[in-house]
Amino acid sequence: MKTSIIVFPGTKCEKDMAMDVEKISGRKANMIWHKETDIGNPDIIILPGGFSYGDYLRCGAMAAHSPIMQEVIKKAKNGTKILGVCNGFQMLVETKLLPGALLHNRTLKFICKQVNLRTETNNSPFTQNMNKGDIIKVPIAHGEGNYFADEKTIKTLEDNDRIAFKYCNEKGEIDEESNPNGSINNIAGIFSEDKKILGMMPHPENSILDYQANQNGKSLFEGILKEIA
Amino acid sequence: MANTAKKIKTPNFNEPEVTKELSATFGLNSDEHDLMLKIVGRTPTYTEAGIFSVMWSEHCSYKSSRFHLKKLPTEAPWVIDGPGENAGVIDIGDGQAAIFKMESHNSPSFIEPYQGAATGVGGIMRDVFTMGARPIANINALRFGEPSNELTKHIISGVVGGIAGYGNCMGVPTVGGETNFHADYNGNPLVNAMTVGIANTDKIFRAAGAGINQPVVYIGAKTGRDGIHGATMSSAEFDDESESKRPTVQVGDPFTEKLLLEACLELMKQDAIISIQDMGAAGLTSSSVEIAAKGNIGVELNLDHVPQREEMMSPYEIMLSESQERMLLILKPGKEELAKSIMEKWDIDFAVIGKTTKDQRLKINMYGKCWCDIPVPPLVDEAPEYERPYIKSKKAEEIENNSYNFPEGGVIEALKTLMECPDLASKRWIWEQYDSLVRGETIYGPGIANTQSERAADAAIVKIYETKKALAITSDCTPRYCKANPVEGGKQAVAESYRNICATGATPLAVTNNLNFGNPEVPEIMGQFVECLEGMGKACKELNYPIVSGNVSLYNATNGNPISPTPVIGGVGLIQDINKATGIGFTSEDEIIYVIGKTNGHLGQSLFLREIAKQEEGNSPFVDLKEERKNGQFIRKCIDIKAISACHDISDGGIAVAVTEMALASNIGAKISGEDSAKFWFGEDQSRYIISTKTPEEFEKIADENNIEILKIGSTGGNEISINNNNISIKTLLEINEAWLPQYMAG
Amino acid sequence: MKVTVKIMLKNGVLDPQGKAIEHALGGLGFEGVGEVRQGKVITLEMEDGMDKEEVHAQVVRMCESLLANPVIEDYDIEII
Repeated sequence: MKTSIIVFPGTKCEKDMAMDVEKISGRKANMIWHKETDIGNPDIIILPGGFSYGDYLRCGAMAAHSPIMQEVIKKAKNGTKILGVCNGFQMLVETKLLPGALLHNRTLKFICKQVNLRTETNNSPFTQNMNKGDIIKVPIAHGEGNYFADEKTIKTLEDNDRIAFKYCNEKGEIDEESNPNGSINNIAGIFSEDKKILGMMPHPENSILDYQANQNGKSLFEGILKEIA
Repeated sequence: MANTAKKIKTPNFNEPEVTKELSATFGLNSDEHDLMLKIVGRTPTYTEAGIFSVMWSEHCSYKSSRFHLKKLPTEAPWVIDGPGENAGVIDIGDGQAAIFKMESHNSPSFIEPYQGAATGVGGIMRDVFTMGARPIANINALRFGEPSNELTKHIISGVVGGIAGYGNCMGVPTVGGETNFHADYNGNPLVNAMTVGIANTDKIFRAAGAGINQPVVYIGAKTGRDGIHGATMSSAEFDDESESKRPTVQVGDPFTEKLLLEACLELMKQDAIISIQDMGAAGLTSSSVEIAAKGNIGVELNLDHVPQREEMMSPYEIMLSESQERMLLILKPGKEELAKSIMEKWDIDFAVIGKTTKDQRLKINMYGKCWCDIPVPPLVDEAPEYERPYIKSKKAEEIENNSYNFPEGGVIEALKTLMECPDLASKRWIWEQYDSLVRGETIYGPGIANTQSERAADAAIVKIYETKKALAITSDCTPRYCKANPVEGGKQAVAESYRNICATGATPLAVTNNLNFGNPEVPEIMGQFVECLEGMGKACKELNYPIVSGNVSLYNATNGNPISPTPVIGGVGLIQDINKATGIGFTSEDEIIYVIGKTNGHLGQSLFLREIAKQEEGNSPFVDLKEERKNGQFIRKCIDIKAISACHDISDGGIAVAVTEMALASNIGAKISGEDSAKFWFGEDQSRYIISTKTPEEFEKIADENNIEILKIGSTGGNEISINNNNISIKTLLEINEAWLPQYMAG
Repeated sequence: MKVTVKIMLKNGVLDPQGKAIEHALGGLGFEGVGEVRQGKVITLEMEDGMDKEEVHAQVVRMCESLLANPVIEDYDIEII
């Protein structure tokens, strides 16, 4: 699997992602600094978490409008798979590759903790190694992950099987108490229309390695690998 | 790009003449003023007087503390750099070094809690990456006023937000810390931050080493008028006027610092830097003087070339500005373009602002004029040093341990009261705002019932990238012990740090410290300082746990009310195999629980006494350092051969609280029994641990062979804590423990 | 020429910061405060002598592409 990880000024989860890509695929990821113009021909582009441009103006906004992102958008249109996690998800909504917006957590505070996610579909290159309804525990670490979109958009996402993950309790029930940030319908991650782009707030990359709290993020990365291989 | 010379005629800044009165407003006393005049040989300029005053401030010169600091043990075979550089450096094998330091930002955090704490975290990370290390973990030690004080909530909210805002943005996990509350901190909260980084031993960068005729280079954020005279501000007591000092607080920009970090680490891979110093307190002044003094050279600066954020800044303002996120480098001649291109890649300002000279003088030019021409060595070597008079602390009176009983409701009621008191209550509200997982190497994170790494230990455990090794990191101090008995309190702070590292299976290697005290010009306070250091020194020596870096914060007093003496110890240890790292949570049912170490039932200055008997009385517990060392070595050995499965030191709240925390961390209960007395369950005798083991016979045999005092108190299992058949569910204890802080902050 | 861009969350989008301010004002004893909304103000120094309408059109493009997020925010441009 050829992976390109795009590094913006202020990106911070590129190391975590790179460790996992290497662990799962056996190949080192290409780290692409945002000022480079050629992102090569990767099978997947990863937009990792962090505070690109200091989260100034709006999270992900300035990265979304940077020159390299035009290249990413071109690749996306040609079917290259894109995974945006946390700040990467924020970039994807700012570029409009994914609908909606990510607002301040309703507590107004940064939250770092493990959450339970319910897998809403296995009909995607990313979740094909999982079962619909699978519960995975992975961490969140964000201040602005409160997913918002108008009713029509939400309905489109729900009706077209485009919701990847929802925050849930240990039993897989979607309830208010399990919603860490106020996201509409507990939405934690969504797909593009063709399911080739996944944006999610939680960090599956911190639940992969043997010494991490759990290895629940593996199935997601293995799914991507299977798709590409 | 640099704001290059504005070719205008020399502006008139209306700077007053330097007189004794003016010097006094700069914090220089009459003798210091006279000494300055003698050194300069004429009336100094305003800029020169500003430079003397910051270099000779308590913050930069350690003038009240230096004499005593020299007595601390700082050496061990694994110490590469002790105190004196930006941070301490120890060898951790395989060509790698751990570089770490703790620093305070106490007074700025009182005046503007968010920015004060944020820039404190930024400053300490800069100290560490200045030396070539990538920061891998942050921890912090916080002391707030009593919860009922009207300012406390506002200060907590700002300080925690600031630490989170800066640390999270930098991508350095905040993996642990400690938080206490006491009325002694009402007007003087303490914010002590520690950063630990990793570097290769052959790639460590220092301030020392600069030669003659080398370019002096400025990189980082532009200089503004922020924080002018910050160093002198933190060298004075607070009074009711302090709130009006707000404009001198600096604003942090973690985004710029993140870029500066990456840019510096990239430049450090090249063979370009001769010496480097971050611009912390007293900014450009202390960094250039430091580099010059350590190289026995001079520095000539042209401030026209300094990147500036504001119009018409005076040389005085530029030299004293404490704008954040800046560094001063001495480059190998000819490497300017290489360095510049790396800085441009990261969008960091780069400017050659001067050169090093032979004459050991600091010369400052700007607007076509010389504003300062003074000798460098006296700024450092002749900085005043005071052996301030001190009075030994009064001997604390012992209390009768047997005269204290459980409150109504018995042992369980006492346990509940302790588990919900502010000092022991869960600090989840704080640490869930910190990203403890970024970098993906955090094995044990903060708190007891941890929701991040989902494991708790006595020290944070952070794996070293691409190795099986990990660092154990902890911060410790029990101010109530230090106040009652500074010598024992100082010993105890070091001993508890040692204990917390041992409890994880790691070998304690070295410490950094942050010595927070009141006004050293008050003999009783100076006595606390001297005696705490005496205790710390003894403990570091006996435990072979040297002090490699540190910071002193004096004048923590408001309207004459000093803080409790708070010498915070930041300890670092090394574990060779992460798979052996041991947490506090019980690992399975039916394990046997033991107390390691001798239980006498010392209740003096205990949390039980304060929270239940409502008394802050008695003497601090005595630390037998030989016993401490012996028990610590025993614990490490047991962990290494996997004879124990969980380990927790016994500290605040004694045996009962320690066992409860082990249950909360694992959701596995315990049934324990022992002497039916308050002193047995809640006494705070030192050098003790609770362990659980699956192989009690083997464990008892090793204990016997090593002549270790152990006491079997029960076994794990169920979902209750049962003490002498008095029961309470873990669920209830957890609710009690988690309730206080979020309710308080929401109220 | 000075341009001021005022950016506010659209009506109907939850504004937790505004809510927090509203709550705090109530706590401080200020009565009669209705809904509080928080936005941001961005000022731009544009070269003097530029055509006002052209500047306006340019700033609209800036807002649409970067300064505001039209999904959740409205903007208002003032040129002095």
